[in-house]
Amino acid sequence: MSRSLPLFGFLLLVALFGFGIWWNTRHDPREVPSPLIDKPAPEFVLPLLDDPTQTVSKASMLGKPYLVNVFASWCIACGEEHPVLMAEGRTLGIPLVGYDYKDAPEDAKAWLARHGNPYDIVIADQPGRTAIDFGVYGAPESFLIDARGVIRYKHIGPFTPEIIERELKPLIARLKQEAP
Amino acid sequence: MTPELGQLALILAMLLALAQGVLPLVGAWRGNRVLMAVARPAAAGQAVFVAIAFGLLTWAFLRFDFSVQYVADNSNLALPWYYRIAAVWGAHEGSMLLWVMILNVWTVALAAFSRQLPEAFLARVLGVLGIVAVGFLAFIVFTSNPFARLLPMPADGGDLNPVLQDPGMTFHPPVLYMGYVGFSVAFAFSIAALLGGALEQAWVRWARPWTNAAWAFLTCGIVAGSWWAYAELGWGGWWFWDPVENASFMPWLVGVALIHAQAVTEKRGSLRAWTILLSIFAFSLSLLGTFLVRSGVLTSVHAFASDPRRGLYILAFLVIVIGGSLLLYALRAPKVAGGKAFSLLSRETVILIANLMFTVAAAMVLLGTLFPLIGDALHLGKISVGPPYFGFLFPLLMLPVVLLLPFGPFLRWGKSEPAPLKSVLVRVAIAAVACAIVAAFFVDGQAKAIAGVAAAVWCGVGTLLYVYKRWREMPRGRRYPAEMAGMLLAHFGVGVFLIGVLLTESLSVTRDVRMAPGDTQTIGAYSFRFDGVHATRGPNWHAEQGTVTVLKEGKTIDVMHPQKRTYPRGQVQTESAIDPGVTRDLYVALGEPMDPNNLEGAWALRLYAKPFVRWIWGGGLFMMLGGFVAGADKRFRAKRAATAATAAQPSQTVAERRA
Repeated sequence: MSRSLPLFGFLLLVALFGFGIWWNTRHDPREVPSPLIDKPAPEFVLPLLDDPTQTVSKASMLGKPYLVNVFASWCIACGEEHPVLMAEGRTLGIPLVGYDYKDAPEDAKAWLARHGNPYDIVIADQPGRTAIDFGVYGAPESFLIDARGVIRYKHIGPFTPEIIERELKPLIARLKQEAP
Repeated sequence: MTPELGQLALILAMLLALAQGVLPLVGAWRGNRVLMAVARPAAAGQAVFVAIAFGLLTWAFLRFDFSVQYVADNSNLALPWYYRIAAVWGAHEGSMLLWVMILNVWTVALAAFSRQLPEAFLARVLGVLGIVAVGFLAFIVFTSNPFARLLPMPADGGDLNPVLQDPGMTFHPPVLYMGYVGFSVAFAFSIAALLGGALEQAWVRWARPWTNAAWAFLTCGIVAGSWWAYAELGWGGWWFWDPVENASFMPWLVGVALIHAQAVTEKRGSLRAWTILLSIFAFSLSLLGTFLVRSGVLTSVHAFASDPRRGLYILAFLVIVIGGSLLLYALRAPKVAGGKAFSLLSRETVILIANLMFTVAAAMVLLGTLFPLIGDALHLGKISVGPPYFGFLFPLLMLPVVLLLPFGPFLRWGKSEPAPLKSVLVRVAIAAVACAIVAAFFVDGQAKAIAGVAAAVWCGVGTLLYVYKRWREMPRGRRYPAEMAGMLLAHFGVGVFLIGVLLTESLSVTRDVRMAPGDTQTIGAYSFRFDGVHATRGPNWHAEQGTVTVLKEGKTIDVMHPQKRTYPRGQVQTESAIDPGVTRDLYVALGEPMDPNNLEGAWALRLYAKPFVRWIWGGGLFMMLGGFVAGADKRFRAKRAATAATAAQPSQTVAERRA
């Protein structure tokens, strides 16, 4: 019997690994549940990329749901996501706010000029301080914020058409019904 | 065209591996010498084709063949040639190819240097290695083809992960794999022994030099990896208990146990089943390490792209290889505790205790590494255990090992008298306490540092006492046979390692500071003067480079240049500057500019003074050397005579096994 113990121990491990593989097919391993979901979005006041004298704040955005998309000209994955936003951005039916993260304004403008601008407005957070309040740990990352300024959904990594169809659009439809 | 040739070579190698894995085993079972004779040429042929594939992949990198997906993903026109060679094993597909190539190196070496082994035994050993090779080659051919084409061919490629663009990285994976994969030889020996039923001592003697060499390579690889993390990752740490580090550390721990258990089994005949089990464990943990890194079951800073199909494949392979060998063990392991008896106070007892500690430590590391997975399985949420868990349990488990270490060599096999041990105990204890008291004055009563000095002196003096005893008692020329010299070197290395670890951990000074040009910071006797930042560039990066002048007593001792590099794809990589020394390292890393628009202004800097940090790797190198020296003992180069004696005994051993 004792000679079989190592074998049984190993089979236990196999079960665990099998579970791990199965789990990973259903979950994005990078996905950490954001503590900010269903919490009010952090206060922010950020300048517009095109006109730094004008600012956008959380207060000024209250009243309708909007999607904040964190991007940067240096971010490769944002380049992958970009065509998706160009195609789908207008079909969302809510404002798409570009959040230019830790980026030189000239680079960001040149990047948008070259690839097209899917955003309704673009705000710039060059030092990346506000992004810390949002818990941003890389680009691209997106936050869906409702009319009352509460974060309802967060997506890490590039959007794909499937994710937009499956996850984002149903939520937006619900938010629109809630909206006053 | 050449990439297709490479793929063809891999397929041919896989078929030859299949021949090597099946025919000799059938031959050994049926007593068919023709089939057994297939093993050697099949192994050689497989090695040639794998080498061709590896060479073609390297060639594709050297001539920028971006029509190969793997080359396009991991190199670009600006990457210097030496990093293009390192890029061959810089990602998943190529590193698997390296794995197989190193397995072939071991197999061919074994086939060349083991002509004195009994025919059937060698056929089984090579057959087992062939099966392992089939598993990996099929994995490459079916799920991870490094020669897959990319159409249309891009004008330029991506980039090798900048973290890997470091001289240490060209060297670290091959050496680490030499160790990992080298345990396959000990594994194959023990499986061959189980299959053949020739369970006596001879096979252990044949396996010992291979096990020692593999373990020494693994030690070297881990030391190189730790050094690389220290120099390149810019965190100033030397060990992080990261899943990938753990993956290499677990076989190392079991390897330590295995080396000692093999010595007992070879010399005294006891612990036979245990030695077999450890051989299986050591290689299983190597495979498990590969699985953990490749399958994406655990994510880590090191992890390569994950793919569930690959994970499933590796899992199936693990079930066949590890599950199969453990089943074989359950069915055929020696039932009788053979060998010579030993009393409580004997070398066997001490080795057994150390064995237990190392095995439990490996299990502890495995549990800690798998914790996030267990957390998911039991719906406990995202949890992982980090340095607090390992940092508490590991020293606790190693404490008895360190305490017993000086006495091992002094103890006799079988039964020992307590009197001579007492005198060793007294001397070692006096030396340790005396040095600890002296050290206490230098380190401001830092308990950890004092303990470090005491522990190091305990091991070091204990080892030197034995060196002295041999010198006095034995005639010239017979004082230090290689096997013993290796053991003494490795044990001495433990002392060196301990002093490095405990002094670094307790006395390091870290300072995160904001410095404007001209500012000075003082750590101990050293003043760091920040002389500003200017732009510089290398073959495939541009960087902000700081200048930090280090002064001691008003004299400049070094000018350091930490960098913040930006690679073509926008990845930022911190290159720390290190002023190395025997008693301390000074380490400077460049943070962020205080004002992004004024690079000439103030910067955030991180300054470290790390006393004795180099002794950590020094100790590791002593251990590595010990492994190689012990493995080179002339006694292991078995002669025909020894083999003949073995061949004459099998009937007796079979009877014993059935008893």
